[in-house]
Amino acid sequence: MASEAPRPEDTKRVITEAYPSKAARKRAKQIVVNAPPDTEGFRPQILSNTRTTPGVITQRGCSYAGCKGVILGPVRDILTITHGPVGCGFYSWLTRRNQTRPPSEDAPNYMPYALMTDMQENDIVFGGEKKLRKAIREAYEIFRPKAIAIAATCPVGLIGDDIHAVARDMKEELGINVFAFSCEGYKGVSQSAGHHIANNGIFQHVVGTQDEPPEGRFRINLLGEYNIGGDAFEIERILERCGITLVSTFSGNASYDQFARAHMADLNAVMCHRSINYMAEMTEEKYGIPWIKVNFIGAEATAKSLRKIAQYFGVPELIDGVERVIAEEMPAVRAVIDEIRPRTGGKTAMLFVGGSRAHHYQELFREIGMRTVAAGYEFGHRDDYEGRKVLPFIKVDADSRNIEELDVEPDPEQYRPRKTADELEALRAQGLDFGEYEGLMADMEVGSLVIDDITHHETERLIELYRPDVFCAGIKEKYVIQKHGIPMKQLHNYDYHGPYAGFRGAIRFYREIDRMVNTRIWRHVTPPWAEKPQPEVLRQAS
Amino acid sequence: MLLRHTHKEIRDRSALTTNPAKTCQPVGALYAALGVHRCLPHSHGSQGCCAYHRSMLTRHTKEPVMAATSSFTEGASVFGGMANLTQAIENIFALYDPDVVAVHTTCLSEVIGDDIPQIVKSATDAGKIPEGKTVIHANTPSFVGSHITGFANMTKALVEYFAEPGTVPADRINVIPGFVEPADMAELKHLAAEMGVESLLFPDTSGVLDAPMTGRHEFYPEGGVRVEDLRTVGGSRATLALGAWASAPAAEALEKKAQVPFEVLDTPIGLLATDRFVDALRRVGKVEVTASVTRERGRLVDLLADMSQYFYGKKVALVGDPDPLIPLTEFCLTLDMKPVHVVTGTPGKRFEERVRGLLGEAGVEGNVAQASDMFHFHQLIKNEPVDLIIGNTYCKYIARDEGIPLVRHGFPVLDRVGHQFFPTVGYRGAMRLAEKILDAFLDRIDREPDEAAFELVL
Repeated sequence: MASEAPRPEDTKRVITEAYPSKAARKRAKQIVVNAPPDTEGFRPQILSNTRTTPGVITQRGCSYAGCKGVILGPVRDILTITHGPVGCGFYSWLTRRNQTRPPSEDAPNYMPYALMTDMQENDIVFGGEKKLRKAIREAYEIFRPKAIAIAATCPVGLIGDDIHAVARDMKEELGINVFAFSCEGYKGVSQSAGHHIANNGIFQHVVGTQDEPPEGRFRINLLGEYNIGGDAFEIERILERCGITLVSTFSGNASYDQFARAHMADLNAVMCHRSINYMAEMTEEKYGIPWIKVNFIGAEATAKSLRKIAQYFGVPELIDGVERVIAEEMPAVRAVIDEIRPRTGGKTAMLFVGGSRAHHYQELFREIGMRTVAAGYEFGHRDDYEGRKVLPFIKVDADSRNIEELDVEPDPEQYRPRKTADELEALRAQGLDFGEYEGLMADMEVGSLVIDDITHHETERLIELYRPDVFCAGIKEKYVIQKHGIPMKQLHNYDYHGPYAGFRGAIRFYREIDRMVNTRIWRHVTPPWAEKPQPEVLRQAS
Repeated sequence: MLLRHTHKEIRDRSALTTNPAKTCQPVGALYAALGVHRCLPHSHGSQGCCAYHRSMLTRHTKEPVMAATSSFTEGASVFGGMANLTQAIENIFALYDPDVVAVHTTCLSEVIGDDIPQIVKSATDAGKIPEGKTVIHANTPSFVGSHITGFANMTKALVEYFAEPGTVPADRINVIPGFVEPADMAELKHLAAEMGVESLLFPDTSGVLDAPMTGRHEFYPEGGVRVEDLRTVGGSRATLALGAWASAPAAEALEKKAQVPFEVLDTPIGLLATDRFVDALRRVGKVEVTASVTRERGRLVDLLADMSQYFYGKKVALVGDPDPLIPLTEFCLTLDMKPVHVVTGTPGKRFEERVRGLLGEAGVEGNVAQASDMFHFHQLIKNEPVDLIIGNTYCKYIARDEGIPLVRHGFPVLDRVGHQFFPTVGYRGAMRLAEKILDAFLDRIDREPDEAAFELVL
């Protein structure tokens, strides 16, 4: 398949030439043919985190979706009220990608609920604060939560409702933690703005508010893991086997108390760099917790990440424990790879999804011998593609400027450096990078296509030109791809399958891809008579 | 318990909506626009709305749902969306070459106060809209009505933009189907054709959102009402508007614009509502009911008679949209079931009157609520348990917690496949609906643990 594929430069030309000139110029900067780093280690520059061109069909969502849906979605016991008309609150009422396991039958779990003020015309004209206050009181009476969050939708910002003042007042009145997120859909250029707003809010209002240290010697936080399809459950299983204590996950299978104690951990392990790198940075600044980039998608990646965590703590007992777990888990993984690889090896994939998934899932495909010929992020920034090396060179534009950057300083009481400068240096010398992420391009083949904020038009052209064996994206793209007769795997909610993280998740993904590229129905898309000439004579009855 | 915080005690709530039984106008407008051939719906607002609406409709129909967005960022919210919409129009025609762009507003563009006709006029004057192409619009602020009113508004816009008075006098009847599945639209056309009535359905998502797999994605599938046909709806003999909420506004607009008389009928779900639709086709179309249609009806009655022992006296709770809920309630009564809770999220006092009227005639006491939510619906069930729930996918939480069978019907149905292909309107649709209800009862009996009473023949 790959040998018949067009040259990536030609593909780029073909897919941009349909646009009006202004849009074409912009798209040309967002489509990059991957190349080796230059002498100073820089990758080709990609335009990203920039506005989507109006009228161009995009995969992207909005700031509210990023805040309420992605970050707050998997938190079971913060009662989130959407302040706005009915739609946004209704659409963020999903649970599959936000699984959770409350510790008991009667422990709070608000995830199957969608709460909102359902603003009507009068609230828009006369202001919605009064209704919001009332809604919070009504919600408190029914649910008695320990914390209430308010998420703003587009009109709230425009009419000037002061949701933060409402939150302050209600916090005082009810005696519970109440806080608000100004995550109106028009903020920023994608979901990414909403992640930032959500993390800032959790950092300011929840993290560090409980000081009881959790039990366990090797205490970490997992950042940027959202328990899609139960991923966090598998990671929790593995960490527990290794003897690593998970203080909190931001925010898969999460609870309020875990966030409140997150500052008691000794290491932050970051999965999705895009959605949460600033939380890692702020936690290090304020509490002295260093962070490393990990990846639990892919069996080899999982093993490598566990080893990095063990290396950080540097205790033989943990290092041996991790090696024992890897040794015990890997045979089952290898057996499935050996079984499946003959059926998947040499096939191709494309991934256009999320802010790290288009990177991490390449590892799983690689493990079963599949190549990723094109990939890109829905809401990535330059550093997610090119690595954190480019951070000083990213220009802040108007759309990014209106997302608050918190000014963080070491906390006078809670700051506690986990490692001395010498210890960190020694670990670095051993190859453990802190606060580092090389980005997607470093892991992709030279000559592969890297596309930011891919459009519908480009998706269709890529499909026609490359005919990949599987395409990964979201629900909006799914049936477009499948009408072309190509199986499409959702990586936002896994098509109600999963988990795919960790060792058992890897096995599940291999089997899923094996199924998808070998499902018989795709062979029958073309009817048998389509390419056969009409027979001249009917067979005679004998 | 998934809904562990829902208690029996019903407290007054006037500000908090919990688990809504409706969603916002634009998704209905988008769905209606997809029922026009070679039409690209366009959401004028920030791109999250469009993403949510496309996701929801895709999950519901399991089909590609194409729509563009003005992709507002903060600047557009401050300075107005004119530049974004103008640029969108230019890009849309260059990239997707639709015949019609159907713009619907969002709460954001409504609050800003963008004047869509003015923006479109400027784009037209600037030559940005190619010859023969049309940009239409509907105002669909999310702080008014629901997805049903959004559908109604876009359908009305089709009349306002395209209908021409007094064009080609015809024997044709306009049928406005309301917010129903693509298969339902096809079934309505089937009934009219079977009766020998020339009908024109608008909007018509059949053939668009149930397109075949051919190995190539058709951006504009074969289906949908054609623009040239929409231009002639003003010449039709009459309009049958199915569903007072979703369809009446367009029929009224057409009467006003082109003096086409109309009748508002219930969505033809169940025996009696289908009878009324067929009878209307007969009267208005000036035809006799064909033997084939009478046979379809006879098969349904035969089936219902065979099934009737299982339905008698069963309590049902229904939640959903007003247009289908009214005939569904009536159908349950036809089957001798008792619809004891009937709840819609869409506002409209007439809903309560209609459903109370149906229950009153049948001597059934029930709770009826409009502009309500599924939290309230669940509380009603906790206070008076039922044997069956009919409603959308979100009812599955209630069904599981309370151990009650659920028949999925309405919008959205996210967790079952095939409903886009199988109608629930007409006699054939009623047969399927009755089968689904009975299977839900019988499957339950077969799962119950009493082995001594386990029967091969039920």
